[in-house]
Amino acid sequence: MPASADLAALFLTLRLALLSTFILLVVGTPAAWWLARTQWRYKFLLEALVALPLVLPPTVLGFYLLIFLGANGPLAMLGGGSLAFTFSGLVIGSVIYSMPFVIQPLQDAFQAAGRRPLEVAATLGASPWERFLTIALPLARPGFITAAVLGFAHTIGEFGVVLMIGGNIPGRTQVLSIAIYDHVESLDYASAHLLAGGLILLSFLMLAAVYGANRRFRVVRL
Amino acid sequence: MSLTASFSLTRDTFTLSVDINLPASGITALFGPSGSGKTTLLRAIAGLEHIPGARITFQENIWQEDRTFVPTHLRRIGYVFQQACLFPHLSVRGNLEYGLHRTPIDNRRIRLDDAVDLLGIGALLERDPLTLSGGEQQRVAIARTLATSPQLLLMDEPLSSLDHKRKLEILPYLETLHRELALPVLYVSHATDEVARLADELVILRNGSILGSGPIQQMLTRLDLPLAHRGDAETLIQARVTNLDSEFGLAHLQAGDHKFIVTSAGLKAGDDVRLRISAHDVSLTLEQQRGTSIQNIFPVTVVETAPESDAQVMVKVMLGTNPLLARVTRKSVNELDIAAGKQLFAQIKGIAVLA
Repeated sequence: MPASADLAALFLTLRLALLSTFILLVVGTPAAWWLARTQWRYKFLLEALVALPLVLPPTVLGFYLLIFLGANGPLAMLGGGSLAFTFSGLVIGSVIYSMPFVIQPLQDAFQAAGRRPLEVAATLGASPWERFLTIALPLARPGFITAAVLGFAHTIGEFGVVLMIGGNIPGRTQVLSIAIYDHVESLDYASAHLLAGGLILLSFLMLAAVYGANRRFRVVRL
Repeated sequence: MSLTASFSLTRDTFTLSVDINLPASGITALFGPSGSGKTTLLRAIAGLEHIPGARITFQENIWQEDRTFVPTHLRRIGYVFQQACLFPHLSVRGNLEYGLHRTPIDNRRIRLDDAVDLLGIGALLERDPLTLSGGEQQRVAIARTLATSPQLLLMDEPLSSLDHKRKLEILPYLETLHRELALPVLYVSHATDEVARLADELVILRNGSILGSGPIQQMLTRLDLPLAHRGDAETLIQARVTNLDSEFGLAHLQAGDHKFIVTSAGLKAGDDVRLRISAHDVSLTLEQQRGTSIQNIFPVTVVETAPESDAQVMVKVMLGTNPLLARVTRKSVNELDIAAGKQLFAQIKGIAVLA
């Protein structure tokens, strides 16, 4: 049986991943829609910004987040209080870190569907808002599945950012990946196996369920 | 009752300059080679293209002028694209109802059942659109558009993505549409056979400008326009079947004061038909020939001639009120002394009947 601290780490990780994925889908959908449709000539600057977490070492991101969210950071000075070493801080870090994994598939899906179905809907009397809800969203469904799976999985696997801004407080900010690291450090390989193997199994079951439910669609292709 | 559009648009090296006033009834074909600006004009009328400075009106509605721009979904148009573009996440029925549900009840004039019957898609309603053939998809797309009871139907080469067989499958439905619904249609095409079958009015576009517009019969036979000089130059004559000659399998038709005789295949008394007469199939004689196998010989008056090459001349003659084209040799023009006002006989060797 896993120790209670390990179970706490598991639930914290799942909670973090679910919440981050939810926030990313809510924020990422309009952002991806705008990026897919805009003719703005400088949109590549924003695309580069969104993709930045893909290439940066997580510690770089974590370092600046720590400064931004810390007790002496701009957020605290504006009266927001320090979010470093809190669960909220972890959520903010995860959202930024996993942003490209959600926005890029959504943007690709919106672009792949093209303007034509929306034009057809317009000629059939659908307002811009109806076109978005009844045509753009359903046609982008494979993109949403990809985005949710990748955003969730990527948050579960994150390590560097969490370590920098969340530290390692069991029950509050200790996530699975860090718990595994701790066990390996203390040469407790049995507990490490339990968590690592469990994570592999969990991830596999989750992906299999998503693929199985969406056999008609191309889901994750990287 | 009319549709007007005037604007000028420059993109790269191409300029589209348009100022037209079209009748809002019957089928008007926008005809021209690809790249002549037909689709852009249609998209501007639909509001899919926002062209700065354009003025577009339909009947009493101003769709675009100065700062006014009525968005597409409020224009009460129907638009049939080259590709059917059915919504893949909805069934055929879902596609048909998509527009219908967005049409206020007071505006519904065409019932969904009628649109389904007209296009012959009753058996397809529960199917997944992706399992339909190209021709079936396009028929569903047309019915989907009709179900919104548009006041103006815009069709952008609706047959061009289909092979010849599928085209023949859909054309009759378009003709029925024309006959049964009092719905003005603007039809973009670069295919003369489609235009000859369907159009009442013709607008000829080339390189972004309008060469001419008017009733199709006049446009086909105007010697100052390119259509009368194509290899397949032809005339259309409206006629009605008066009676059938069952002994010889022929049909007698009346067009103005003139009687035509054609093979009767598929015709019945009272049918209104279009006769399509190629300029190649018309020859001119000074006197009425006797002892010829040609059935259709009529007195005509020459109105105009236009040389086409060293050897050939296009001659436009009037058969009553109907213009007729004859492509003859320059030698014949000299020998017969063909010039405006000359009285001749036209022998018509071949007539195609369009139902």
